[in-house]
Amino acid sequence: MSTTTLTTPAGVTSVELTDDGFFVDPSVWTEDMVPELAAREGIDTLTDGHWRIVRFMRQEYLQKGTGPSVRALGKTSGIGVKELYELFPKGPAKIAARIAGIPKPKGCI
Amino acid sequence: MAATPAPIEKVSIIVSKGSLEGVYPGLIMANGARAEGMECNLFFTFFGLDAIHRKRMEHLKVATVGNPGMHLPTLIGGLPGMSALATHMMTKKMEELDIPPVGEFMEMIADTGAGIYACKASVDMFHLEKNDFIPQLDDIITVGEFYEMAAGGQIIFT
Repeated sequence: MSTTTLTTPAGVTSVELTDDGFFVDPSVWTEDMVPELAAREGIDTLTDGHWRIVRFMRQEYLQKGTGPSVRALGKTSGIGVKELYELFPKGPAKIAARIAGIPKPKGCI
Repeated sequence: MAATPAPIEKVSIIVSKGSLEGVYPGLIMANGARAEGMECNLFFTFFGLDAIHRKRMEHLKVATVGNPGMHLPTLIGGLPGMSALATHMMTKKMEELDIPPVGEFMEMIADTGAGIYACKASVDMFHLEKNDFIPQLDDIITVGEFYEMAAGGQIIFT
């Protein structure tokens, strides 16, 4: 576990992250953290597609207690697998979960 | 303190078997590698070619003979219809877990950006051609080209 500081328009906040970079406490996440979290994943320009997936991941987590896998994301988010990997080349579900401040999605498919 | 092992950045997965249970592990590992952000190439050789063969890919069967994991006596496993029955049961189970059929899975894996390759020696041996395979096939390559492509990563043989 590690503590990291995020600078948002609202000020500087420190958050706890797991060793693999996921929020320990998803409830401390706010949308204005997204640009900095995305930049840390190498995404400097946030497109509508990025926002759509990050918000979708967050919403799914809040409703179901876990974020979707890539296959589920491709089937339900309205953005197909190919485009998901264009948006998040380092793994759509994993990277979007980090940016959305939710735990790593479980599941093998 | 022990140093954290370096993460795996790249995998090359060889699929050499043509049974349903022989094909799926490699596909699941390839898809999972891409989901973790690793570079991934799939290489189909020998009977594994059936997994990317347009006409055969949707008819892969579970082996009920010579497969102790089935917990069936060989003579029973060899009865007509046993393989079809086992295949039906396994396919149903996989559907429940949202594991896609081979054709759909290959399309998805291609969409993740993984490379899909066929082994030249096997393609020649079975008298096959590029248009016998799914359109997502990137190329038919030699073993030497495979090793060049696999350089710097891990190789997984299934």
